[in-house]
Amino acid sequence: MREHGQPITTPGLVIPDPVNYDIGREKVVETDSDLRTEEMLINMGPQHPSTHGVLRVMLRTDGELILEATPHIGYLHRCAEKIGENVQYHQFVPYTDRFDYLAAMNNNLAYAMAVEKLAGIEAPKRAQYIRVIVAELNRIASHLVMFGTYGLDMGAFTPFIYGFRERELILDLFEAACGARLTYSYVTIGGVREDLPEGWVRKAGEFLDYFQPKIKEYNDLLSYNQIFIKRTANVGVIPADRAIAYGLSGPVLRGSGVKWDLRKATPDLVYDQLEFDICVGEGRMGQVGDSWDRYFVRILEMVQSARIVRQALAKLPSGDYRAKVPRLLKPPPGEVYYETENPRGQLGFYIVSDGSPVPYRLKARGPSFCNLSILNEVAKDCLLGDIPAILGSIDVVMGEVDR
Amino acid sequence: MATDIAGKHPHAVVAPDAWRAAAEFLRDDPELKFDYLRAVSGVDYPKESKLVSVYDLISTAYRHTFAVKVETPRENPHIPSVAGVWPTAEWHEREAYDLLGIVYDGHPNLTRILLPEDWQGHPLRKDYVFPKEYNGIPCASTVNP
Repeated sequence: MREHGQPITTPGLVIPDPVNYDIGREKVVETDSDLRTEEMLINMGPQHPSTHGVLRVMLRTDGELILEATPHIGYLHRCAEKIGENVQYHQFVPYTDRFDYLAAMNNNLAYAMAVEKLAGIEAPKRAQYIRVIVAELNRIASHLVMFGTYGLDMGAFTPFIYGFRERELILDLFEAACGARLTYSYVTIGGVREDLPEGWVRKAGEFLDYFQPKIKEYNDLLSYNQIFIKRTANVGVIPADRAIAYGLSGPVLRGSGVKWDLRKATPDLVYDQLEFDICVGEGRMGQVGDSWDRYFVRILEMVQSARIVRQALAKLPSGDYRAKVPRLLKPPPGEVYYETENPRGQLGFYIVSDGSPVPYRLKARGPSFCNLSILNEVAKDCLLGDIPAILGSIDVVMGEVDR
Repeated sequence: MATDIAGKHPHAVVAPDAWRAAAEFLRDDPELKFDYLRAVSGVDYPKESKLVSVYDLISTAYRHTFAVKVETPRENPHIPSVAGVWPTAEWHEREAYDLLGIVYDGHPNLTRILLPEDWQGHPLRKDYVFPKEYNGIPCASTVNP
């Protein structure tokens, strides 16, 4: 046993002379066998800044290299589908707010459209335009959060402040329309809950005037930032065929160069009367389908959404904002599957009705759930430090993954 | 086995034995090209004593949609997995297994996905009884009945 105060000596260890030690000179070390490294299991989460919620990823690594990334989900499971089987059709609208809580308008919309199709209700023209306006504004707000938090993930704090500055104005508009800033329940079965207040259209126009020049700021600040590009370009490349096979949707699918958007593919509401382009990843900073492409698709989509809102505001007709829907809605027996394009991809509802006021089965297909399922395939052979870049670019909202 | 084309949800009912081959046909046939699986939804029909797995498909090339239902007896529910045909199905089938107890044969990793590994029962079955407690934690229904 070593006595106290005695120096530790290891046989064979040569301590270099601090004076004559050549710093910076590369030496080739010859060894008898290849350097053996042990595989290591790293537990990332459930509380981790870049998981944006409660997500646990088990990483099997060899040094810095990732061999396997297994997501463990369910921490935010609130039995939404079971609740759906126990409440009436109108009562489920607020629960959809809590799916993708950054895009509650779009969730309401997807659910309302599914029930309308099931019950054979059509929303009036004005309601359809209002729905497009709020859905696209919510898309901008949601992409702004992604822009901000992705900056945070990559070590830049300012984009977060910039993104939330503009998002705040959209939330103000929503608050004026429905009173809530996060969980709106504004789009309901048959139309929207209330008509837009006086002066709202003018205010929304003013917001667009203010917002549209800001896109350049975002690009100067983050999109074309060299450090940001180095961290995201060529990282986590998803080829187009794998993206389709895994059922990815939204900016994650379009980032891989797939020109697929439900607003164009199967247009609902009044999207066929409005002009806009589908934005796809082009591999401008690296390969098509890398993290930078997925990020930049969202920036481009904000421009398109602003364009849609401007047209819809100009075309907004007068008339009813809500169809007459019975308070106790009893859709005829049958079933329907309906999907709409959410900021994060396709949100689908499969509803089975047995003619009673309560759905027999209500299944929600969350885009984040499908988008996250490709993580293992993308993260394989990436470096440990790339995981936040990949996860952030997929941009999952755990409320929707776990439902 | 049966088809419903006229309704709001056009679908065909396929026998479990034929499902794997039918799935490959739906994906690869040049006139169908259902390359995108949108969702797998399990439904419980205790009156008819069956569990149904519903596959909603869309073709990104032709933009047409279709659905397939695979029915299986409630007591011994087995359906071949199509995770090898559409990788989307991997997580969706795990969800249906977790919440409804449908066993997908040939699935690479059929484990619970949303609920804890030691959870008892499958909550989306119509005859599911809510537990009084979970590992010593009282459940909401017993705290505030």
